[in-house]
Amino acid sequence: MVDTRVVLSGITLDNPVIPASGTFGFGREFAELYDINCLGTFSFKGTTKDPRFGNPTPRIAECSMGMINSVGLQNPGVEHVVNHELKELKEYFSKPVMANVSGFSIDEYVYTCQKINDAEQVGWIEVNISCPNVHGGGMSFGTTPEAAAEVTKAVKAVTTKPVYIKLSPNVADIASVAKACEDAGADGISLINTLLGMRIDLKTKKCVVANKMGGFSGPAIFPVAVRMVYQVYEAVKIPVIGMGGVSSADDVIEMMLAGATAVQVGAANLVNPFACKEIIETLPTAMKKYGIEKLSDIIGGAH
Amino acid sequence: MLIEEKYIQEFFTVDKNENIAGDVYEMHLLGNTSAITKPGQFVNIKVDGFYLRRPISVCDYDSEGLTLIYKVVGNGTEVMSKIEKCAVLDLLVGLGNGFDTSKSGDRPLLIGGGMGVAPMYNLCKKLIAEGKKPIVVNGFNSAKDVYYENEFKALGAEVYITTADGTNGTKGFVTDVTKNLDYTYFYTCGPMPMFKAVEATAKTSGQFSFEERMGCGFGACMGCSCETKYGNKRICKDGPVLEREEIIW
Repeated sequence: MVDTRVVLSGITLDNPVIPASGTFGFGREFAELYDINCLGTFSFKGTTKDPRFGNPTPRIAECSMGMINSVGLQNPGVEHVVNHELKELKEYFSKPVMANVSGFSIDEYVYTCQKINDAEQVGWIEVNISCPNVHGGGMSFGTTPEAAAEVTKAVKAVTTKPVYIKLSPNVADIASVAKACEDAGADGISLINTLLGMRIDLKTKKCVVANKMGGFSGPAIFPVAVRMVYQVYEAVKIPVIGMGGVSSADDVIEMMLAGATAVQVGAANLVNPFACKEIIETLPTAMKKYGIEKLSDIIGGAH
Repeated sequence: MLIEEKYIQEFFTVDKNENIAGDVYEMHLLGNTSAITKPGQFVNIKVDGFYLRRPISVCDYDSEGLTLIYKVVGNGTEVMSKIEKCAVLDLLVGLGNGFDTSKSGDRPLLIGGGMGVAPMYNLCKKLIAEGKKPIVVNGFNSAKDVYYENEFKALGAEVYITTADGTNGTKGFVTDVTKNLDYTYFYTCGPMPMFKAVEATAKTSGQFSFEERMGCGFGACMGCSCETKYGNKRICKDGPVLEREEIIW
């Protein structure tokens, strides 16, 4: 029997596979298909202080081996998430869940994190300082070490649960942003969020998504993600959650060798709703193939 | 715990894939259709070489298979049109809310425009099976684009065709015919300009089936959201059918 367990800030996960925020809603659409308690955990839909409709449609563009989205953080707001979504979630998910939080000012991050911190089902708070979709929003916090540290410090001051800062890849020096978050008290780092991208329709000669730019995700970005996880692992001592184009058990192992303690799966869920279940089921076979008995032993193994 | 099953992933075998008009193709697939509960639902098809699935509305279905009608509009549908008999396709089945036939009254009006004619077929069949007398008005650009005229007539419906250039049926748009009809309720699927004309002239309540660029097709990504009078809805999950009263134009 291989051991797929990993420990994320004191909480043991049965396996390192975590559906990424924004690709899994609050789990309900997937619980129609399979028992989602097989997951390590999942990161729920990015939540803000107030309800948001998000960006105009079309919000989706297809790419070779990936997609662009400009959803723009549509969510029902933190009150509704805590009072309705999390209550419903109890019916079909019994593990600690990862709460993904976004904001457009330090005050908003603080408000939302405080509310979320009180929800007993929440195991970790993942703070998105990198969503590229909202002008004048999250982007500014993720792009400089100083702003990233400022959010981290403010959120840490009002929370008791482990705080993971989710970084944007659209920066010059990812390691320095990660280090600044660690120094400001972050319990872990999540990366990478989507890369800024664009598609143009040749028939209409206009951008495909209404917002023009959007976040590029999918297997095409996997090598970029592996590289950045590798760089951040060298820069910090806190755990790293790796993501970006992960679509198979082999990808999970590669991401862990780069330095990830746990691995998120994003776009793959949208194409194959069984993606995470299949990755979890094939992980033991892949581990045997590569001579791995205990998955946690390989974290950062490529360094 | 598993939530009450609603949609499923299934492999289907292509039984037929033929050009039936202009760039329009009819594909018949054999497989498990148990997740389809209403006319107006759709499937999401994985096409080799493309990352995202292709959402296509169900034209007709029975216990053994389903029929899709699609138009070649881009690279994905181009590849679809070349799929041969016996090929096996990965489908998500039973997506979307579909039409509610309980509100139709005795004489419902079905208005299809272009590819929007396809989902009207199973709806028409179901309404007739319920003992209602549907009137069907299908609009196309030109005679070469017309499909399923005889199929609708064979169901026993009262059928009108309109073409923008007058090469088949009434010259003009669907509303040039519907304005002279009496009906108890309406169902429609088609392009946005047609929807606006239908909205402007409709005499009763009704249901509109919308189209939007989708990511997942099953409610997870929020890629196809729209605002309605009753709050935000996902076209793929809470739609594609919306009631006239809730739509913000």
